[in-house]
Amino acid sequence: MALLSIDNLSIRFGGVQALSDIALEVQSQQIVTIIGPNGSGKTTLFNCISAVYRPQLGRILFYGEDLLSLATHRVAQRGVARTFQNLRLFMHMTVLDNLLLGRHIKFNKNPWHAVFRLRKEEIKHRRVVEELIDFLQLEAYRKTRVSDCPYGVQKIAELGRALALEPKLLMLDEPFSGLTAEEKHEVAYLIHEIRGRFKPAILLVEHDLRLASTLADTMVALVSGKKVAMGSPPAVLNAPEVVSAYIGGA
Amino acid sequence: MDLIESYAQDLQLMRKTWTKVWVMGVIVTLAMLPWFASEHAVYLATLVAMYTIGVQGQNLLIGYTGQISFGQAGFLCVGAYSFGHLSRMGVPWPLALPAAGLITALFGVVVGFPSLRLKGPYLAVATLGFGIAVYQIFVNSTLLSGGRMGLAVTKLSPLWGLSSVNLSYYLNFGVALLFTLATYNIVSSYLGRAFVAIRDNDIAAEIMGVDLARYKLLVFAVSSFYLGVQAGLYALLLGYLEPNMFTFSETITFLVAGIVGGLASVEGAMLGAAFVVVVPFVFSGLKQAVPALFGTAVILVLLFEPGGLAGCWAKTRAYFRQWPFR
Repeated sequence: MALLSIDNLSIRFGGVQALSDIALEVQSQQIVTIIGPNGSGKTTLFNCISAVYRPQLGRILFYGEDLLSLATHRVAQRGVARTFQNLRLFMHMTVLDNLLLGRHIKFNKNPWHAVFRLRKEEIKHRRVVEELIDFLQLEAYRKTRVSDCPYGVQKIAELGRALALEPKLLMLDEPFSGLTAEEKHEVAYLIHEIRGRFKPAILLVEHDLRLASTLADTMVALVSGKKVAMGSPPAVLNAPEVVSAYIGGA
Repeated sequence: MDLIESYAQDLQLMRKTWTKVWVMGVIVTLAMLPWFASEHAVYLATLVAMYTIGVQGQNLLIGYTGQISFGQAGFLCVGAYSFGHLSRMGVPWPLALPAAGLITALFGVVVGFPSLRLKGPYLAVATLGFGIAVYQIFVNSTLLSGGRMGLAVTKLSPLWGLSSVNLSYYLNFGVALLFTLATYNIVSSYLGRAFVAIRDNDIAAEIMGVDLARYKLLVFAVSSFYLGVQAGLYALLLGYLEPNMFTFSETITFLVAGIVGGLASVEGAMLGAAFVVVVPFVFSGLKQAVPALFGTAVILVLLFEPGGLAGCWAKTRAYFRQWPFR
């Protein structure tokens, strides 16, 4: 059974049909890259999966359970984590606290432990988070406020926060945007490492077609809210609809 | 050399010996205040301790969770009259005080419901409605407010050889100490993180699995509990209640304390409470000027030091920590 299977997904905002009749399957531990020109509905698709938007039609099955019937915060409990196109970090918290918040669903939450300063849970999750900090090489920024960190570090911190949730499906919305060429390669390497180490399935939105195609097992192309091609990266990049969407066609 | 050797050590409330020493010094000095200060100074300190509780609660709601509320006077009114009526029914004050807090917390949850849909200024207006409605209800209901003569509440009777002024001081100081400790513990736990996450980015918080509804209602309940307890202490100190004590200007006093002290800072709440108690006392000969002073202070703080008095405090400490380097 597929980890994530999307069926007949359609959503419209007023007069705009943002997504129409999308079908998609993600197997466990697979990297699926979604490409498409601006406004083609890539982020909208992410927002549907993480239950920020409520599509009018369709089903999103995760381990056979319909995510659309869940409250937004429950989707995380099922093991879906994501990053955002324009960083949505908790800017006034430290990098460490941001990652610890990623552990929120794993906490044994007892308000009295909070009030009486019983910190067993905190220490338990701190250990997990410290391993992530080690893996992502964020040690130097552990106790720095996120708003004081450079952009590249913020991007990694957001990735770390998503990883802290121990996701089965990791959705990365443009993880390479705004990074230098060097940082891009570091993040690409990191994504590979993450798959090997934490074994999530990864759903990736990316504009950099070269990086997107090297990382992807399967590629999906969206144009104006419609799925125009799906398959191996070279096949998708050479599909006539994709070529005409990117460089114009006759 | 400052070396942290374990996570437990990193999570201590006061880690450095120096911090422990001076905090203990401050607490002991405050505990010995009645020995060397005048009775009036002790009374002022009682008020500061009392306001610390409520401002601390407001700070959890506005400073940490970012839910702007103008309903403080309403909560105080509910808390004070709950305490008043309970103590008239013969409930001893050590029971009536937490009970008043709990009743207020219940109201807090009810008032918190709009926060599930409303944000920022819209929520502020909704809670403002609550504050004003409570006042109007109490003004117009003799049964609730105790009528024209107000509601008489039994004051603390002198105990263990302490005068009633000193006894009130120790009570308020002790309760304020407990609530301050609790606040420190809450904001450094998963609860505090969830609150700040909701303030900084509610969508991301929800996607990371924070149940917005639960935590928003929880913070409304907790902050109203603080306000309810403060109101109970107020009733116990004054021995008399009337609705006019809980007009919108009381809410403004709280907001001034919150902003001048510094939002999202426990120390800020204490400093803010001291500010709104001490300034009217210093200018007691010039009562009309007090609102103007409060207004000016808020403007100056927002312009020059958004961190408030706590921000100044933190900057001073950072300066001396790094001295002579900078």
